[in-house]
Amino acid sequence: MKKIMLPLTDETVCSLKTGDRVLLSGYIYTSRDAGHKRMCEALEKGEKLPFEIENSVIYYVGPTPAKDGQIIGSAGPTTSGRMDKYAPVLMQKGLRGMIGKGERSDQVVKAIKEYKCVYFGAIGGAGALLSQCVKSNESVAYEDLGAEALRKLYVEDMPLTVIIDSFGNNIYEIGRENYLKSKT
Amino acid sequence: MREINVEKITDAIENMCIEANLYLPKDIKCALITSQKKETGQIGKEILGDIIENFKIAEKSQIPICQDTGMTCVFFEIGQDVHFVGGDLYQAVNEGVRRGYEKGYLRKSVVGDPVLRGNTGDNTPAVIYTDIVKGDKVKITVAPKGFGSENMSQIKMLKPSDGVKGIKDFVLKVVEEAGPNPCPPMVVGVGIGGTFDKCALLAKKALLRPIDTENPQKYYADLENELLEVINKSGIGPQGFGGKTTALGVNIETMPTHIAGMPCAVNISCHVTRHKTQVI
Repeated sequence: MKKIMLPLTDETVCSLKTGDRVLLSGYIYTSRDAGHKRMCEALEKGEKLPFEIENSVIYYVGPTPAKDGQIIGSAGPTTSGRMDKYAPVLMQKGLRGMIGKGERSDQVVKAIKEYKCVYFGAIGGAGALLSQCVKSNESVAYEDLGAEALRKLYVEDMPLTVIIDSFGNNIYEIGRENYLKSKT
Repeated sequence: MREINVEKITDAIENMCIEANLYLPKDIKCALITSQKKETGQIGKEILGDIIENFKIAEKSQIPICQDTGMTCVFFEIGQDVHFVGGDLYQAVNEGVRRGYEKGYLRKSVVGDPVLRGNTGDNTPAVIYTDIVKGDKVKITVAPKGFGSENMSQIKMLKPSDGVKGIKDFVLKVVEEAGPNPCPPMVVGVGIGGTFDKCALLAKKALLRPIDTENPQKYYADLENELLEVINKSGIGPQGFGGKTTALGVNIETMPTHIAGMPCAVNISCHVTRHKTQVI
């Protein structure tokens, strides 16, 4: 598995190919449905976002609460498609990577290609495993949203798969085709 | 008449909410381990390995298997000779959910209004079903249901003339449209018959039956096996990355229906298909 240090550079982004299994390390931000709605409303009003979006990576996650002494609770990805409405404008503002699971819309794929971004997949339903990669966790904004608050995490060797690369290639199409071809 | 204090129900629900979210049922664990050995898709095999590692970490470190600790579905089979005392049964259930989700550090994922939203803050209300049965026991099953897979479920009022082919086509269409979204490998619950509402409930109840069991009617047991085989030839694979293991099991539940109809509901669940049962 390829090791990747954040922030993402043009070189790294272009070297990543769909289906690559990677171990990601560095700072990422968490946000899901309600947080995305707020960020996009802020942008529409011409307000600033509560974090530096340039070259950032957003993880679509709403973790379980951390127990005393724990950094984070269970923290697997949520279905990315619900953020499709908001993702293109965030990419336009500098977002470089997204971590989630599931299909993306044509508009999102188009934006991924246009702004040279990457869509990574974390294993859906593997929240206990993924929580072990989180080494720090701080609240950034939207605390009132509870599990949906905007948080900054430091992750170490987070196991991910490139779902859609910056050229628009998609493992959901290619992986399935390759598997079916290997069967014939 | 046997009296049961509803406090007992609250305690049972509290424990079951926590345990269901930490310990994956044995049938699902076995299916994952067997599937990993048989998987030939390269990424798929690695993913299944991580999924197995995940449920082990959950047990050992007492971290919920999945961060979506679900909307709490509670199924009662209440013996008709039982008399509940000490309070309202539904309030007792919701108190159990409230305590379990707080004490177990589970995520509160329920909004109080479907359109206006607003998190209720304690994962209540639960979705509660009660069946009246013979006897003086109460059987409770708690099944936290994640919505990544719930959102991929569908129902169709098929025509009797669509026949079993109509059912097969519909189940496969739902699985195909779900694709990678419900965190495959999935468990597919199918309800056939009844009315519009009852059919959906049958599909949900199908998910409560262990996947290493079969429908008692041979016709439907064969259909379960056939559907599982076809689904696993689709190539969707673990997480949709390509492979053999698209579903771990297909369970079908049926009931009589009207001369004019053949409702079919497909309730999709993920590899974290959780349920815990207790008899009081």
